[in-house]
Amino acid sequence: MTTLSTDLALILPELILAGGALFLLLVGAYRGEGSAALVRFGACALLVAVLVLTLCGGSAHQLGFNDMVVVDGFGRFMKVLVLIGGLVAIPMSVDYFRRAGSDRFEYPVLVLLATLGMMLMVSANDLITLYVGLELQSLALYVLAAFLRDDARSTEAGLKYFVLGALSSGMLLYGCSLIYGFSGTTNFTDLANGIAALGDKGASIGLIIGIVFLVSGLAFKVSAVPFHMWTPDVYEGSPTPVTAFFAAAPKVAAMALFLRVLTSPFGEIAAQWQQIIIFVAVASMLLGAFAAIGQTNLKRLLAYSSIGHVGYALVGLAAGGEQGIRGVLVYMAIYLVMTLGTFGVLLVMRKDGKPVESLADFAGLGRTNPWLAFVMAAFMFSLAGVPPLAGFFAKFYVFIAAIEQGLYIVSVIGMIASAISAFYYLRVVKVMYFDAPAGAIDSDMPLASRLVVTVSGVLVLLYFIVPAPLVTAAGVAAKTLVP
Amino acid sequence: MIADLAQGWPILSVTTFLPLVGALLILLTRGEGEAVVKNIRRIALITTIVTFLVSLIIWAGFNNGTAEFQFVEKTAWIGDTITYHMGVDGISILFVILTTFLMPLCILASDVIEKRVREYMVAFLVLETLMIGVFCSLDLVLFYLFFEAGLIPMFLIIGIWGGARRIYATFKFFLYTLVGSLLMLLGIIAIYLTAGTTDVVELFKYNFPVDMQFWLWLAFFASFAVKVPMWPVHTWLPDAHVEAPTAGSVILAGVLLKMGGYGFIRFSLPLFPDASAYFAPLMFTLSIVAVIYTSLVALVQEDMKKLIAYSSVAHMGFITLGTFSFTEQGLQGAIIQMVSHGIVSGALFLCVGVVYDRMHTREISRYGGLVNRMPIYAFVFMLFTMATVGLPGTSGFVGEFLILTGTFKASTIATFFAATGLVLGAAYSLYLYRRVVFGELVHGDLQDIEDLNWREKVTFLPLMVTALWIGIYPTYFTAATDASVQNLVTQIRTKIAANAAATPADAPEAGKTH
Repeated sequence: MTTLSTDLALILPELILAGGALFLLLVGAYRGEGSAALVRFGACALLVAVLVLTLCGGSAHQLGFNDMVVVDGFGRFMKVLVLIGGLVAIPMSVDYFRRAGSDRFEYPVLVLLATLGMMLMVSANDLITLYVGLELQSLALYVLAAFLRDDARSTEAGLKYFVLGALSSGMLLYGCSLIYGFSGTTNFTDLANGIAALGDKGASIGLIIGIVFLVSGLAFKVSAVPFHMWTPDVYEGSPTPVTAFFAAAPKVAAMALFLRVLTSPFGEIAAQWQQIIIFVAVASMLLGAFAAIGQTNLKRLLAYSSIGHVGYALVGLAAGGEQGIRGVLVYMAIYLVMTLGTFGVLLVMRKDGKPVESLADFAGLGRTNPWLAFVMAAFMFSLAGVPPLAGFFAKFYVFIAAIEQGLYIVSVIGMIASAISAFYYLRVVKVMYFDAPAGAIDSDMPLASRLVVTVSGVLVLLYFIVPAPLVTAAGVAAKTLVP
Repeated sequence: MIADLAQGWPILSVTTFLPLVGALLILLTRGEGEAVVKNIRRIALITTIVTFLVSLIIWAGFNNGTAEFQFVEKTAWIGDTITYHMGVDGISILFVILTTFLMPLCILASDVIEKRVREYMVAFLVLETLMIGVFCSLDLVLFYLFFEAGLIPMFLIIGIWGGARRIYATFKFFLYTLVGSLLMLLGIIAIYLTAGTTDVVELFKYNFPVDMQFWLWLAFFASFAVKVPMWPVHTWLPDAHVEAPTAGSVILAGVLLKMGGYGFIRFSLPLFPDASAYFAPLMFTLSIVAVIYTSLVALVQEDMKKLIAYSSVAHMGFITLGTFSFTEQGLQGAIIQMVSHGIVSGALFLCVGVVYDRMHTREISRYGGLVNRMPIYAFVFMLFTMATVGLPGTSGFVGEFLILTGTFKASTIATFFAATGLVLGAAYSLYLYRRVVFGELVHGDLQDIEDLNWREKVTFLPLMVTALWIGIYPTYFTAATDASVQNLVTQIRTKIAANAAATPADAPEAGKTH
């Protein structure tokens, strides 16, 4: 039906990204170690170009490559978030890697490849596409985690991530094969039609087990309880810019995949998987709230915080429907900004040339560096969901969906978890403002990270003035997923 | 005239956001020198005074004769249903004025703050914006935004400029209030989904199903009860008060606690009238326990601030009592009592601040015989002690009398117990006054204590005038609330009657065929 050229036009941004990444890899390979700056610049330019192209692209629902790839408004929304995550991750890393003595051209290329994998994940309309995208992303991320190859913690993080990631990929693949075995197709559209045709008889038990495995694999990727164990270690061990990237873009992409897989092929049997998602969401919110309380390493604390936030986003998925999807989209967009900003603060700060990770290093920041402390406090209050900061609106829209679907108990648990988690966010504010200063931080702050901190700080602080555009955009995008 | 000045421009938004302009100006100042600090104080003082003057224009232009919302502003905000909707009526106008009135006095009283003055003033100005916003907003989400955001500056005020146990106190304050408010947020979302709007004016016309009202009422109760605070969730208040800097205590007692009482009157009563009637006995019980129990606790306090903090809980018990009497007198009394308590307890905290600044202790036994060295202070302190006791001629009397009259109509037993609280109130207040001011001057270091200086006199004077003004000529203030309170009572009665007519028949259609 479709010709090759229309198919290729459909995935033009991905093609450009793939071609560009390979070209930059060659540039790096031929020009040697000194080419890092050039490749980095090229990668940023490439991401900007792809971002513009994606934004300009239509949001109409289109299928290509024998229905293996889908392009729609939902995908566009998520791709924009992913691309922003990738785009920010590259310049933020410069100073860090330069000081660590490993300013190599592979970093931007790997980020590009991971981003490409994520875009494929977002566009997947077939279990095969899903898996290929996921693996492309994961393989690049494994290497990124171990990017500081002489650092024991970084290599440990990479290895841990790889072993556990491989396990989860295996589970996911097993789920896919079960689904294929019991339905005879890997295509989302066919799956949806097939399940719809079954009608009241519902799904076969094999299909449901397949979905459970699939959900397990995906829960691993978004680091939801009970598949979250890798998160704190990998977050702590990986180089900070990589952690920033991990916490932002891959989460968004995996969440997009989660939404698409569960709502488009398996939307008809929502009753079968809804309870799993509810459990995962509640467990993630509670674990994120409790486990972070005792943390003194900020990266570890943020790892647990991200587990909690995934829980909140999953509440939106559990609620389902247009409202629920919209809630998740708004949540992920705001979460992306908050996370990048928070890690930006971590990257901006150095003490005697060494990167800052421990909470104690923030002591008295309110006096030594009031602006930075102010922005960091804004991120913390926003992560805690205190209005008028952006994080409040994220929670607001998710819980609108949850209450509309009658998930009252989940909502109450979510609110209580939110109050508990406020404790450790407040602790960061307390350390910054109430404690005595513990030595000043270095004054020469990396420009790129400062820019990221400023922009995301302004967005988080002033989002409440014009909240409508994001919500409307998310609503439009959600509509394309739930017709 | 002045009344016409209020028309034709968004005066409520200007009043609300004017302090933010001052905060921005303060942020633009550079350096840490003495001159800079002086400038910062001056900017803060001028901003709050200007805000007060602008709010007086609202007062002047306010039409007492109508229960409608006035100076209404409405613009699109989030989508079509959640709007930026501001307006005042007889219930909220007094709180707006109270806030703007107390703020300049707080800034004046903050002269003793010497560390991080810039941040301090910014926090107070931001807090003022949020407090005025709470009383002006006519959209539940907007209200929630202001209501909850106020936690952030207060968290910092207690945490940075507080006393020894400030961190414990500020965390307790924040988390207690947060848990309550989050449950209210769920209630707001449920309202949004049921009624399709969060606009308060629209919601007043909407009649929620009775069984749903109970849950919504409880959700709102969770937030307001903590804020008021009602027994048994009051324990954060004494800690917060004791640790907060003087001005922080004034604002906490003067305005922040009133948000809870205001919330009950503004939202719980008209939106969930059946649930309010159903839970009224519970509210009476909790209020009476608060009045008697916390009065007894106040009697044995060794710390002046803690004593006044407990007395606040007792006074707020009166307010919730009057609110849930569903009578005009009770509601009006609750409003007047809130304003009066805002002024009187604020002034009492300032009185404690005066001696604390000199002696750096709040322990009652460290004082005594102050009247010998500080006659003016003794006079000021006495006036406010009388006002808090509720002596006729002071503001405290008007509120308490109206509340007891209103409650008597609803429940004589509740009134009986509440009245014993008055006796206890007189006991702990006079006991405090006797121990601090009267008696022999036994402590040697009190020999050189200085009486009120000019700044302090200027701070106290407006408070004394207002406390007496409300006490001697309350009509000036009650006239503004009359129409709105009457309207509120009718609204509640109509809604309850409508629901009562619908429920027993259980089939409105059957009723129509008659």
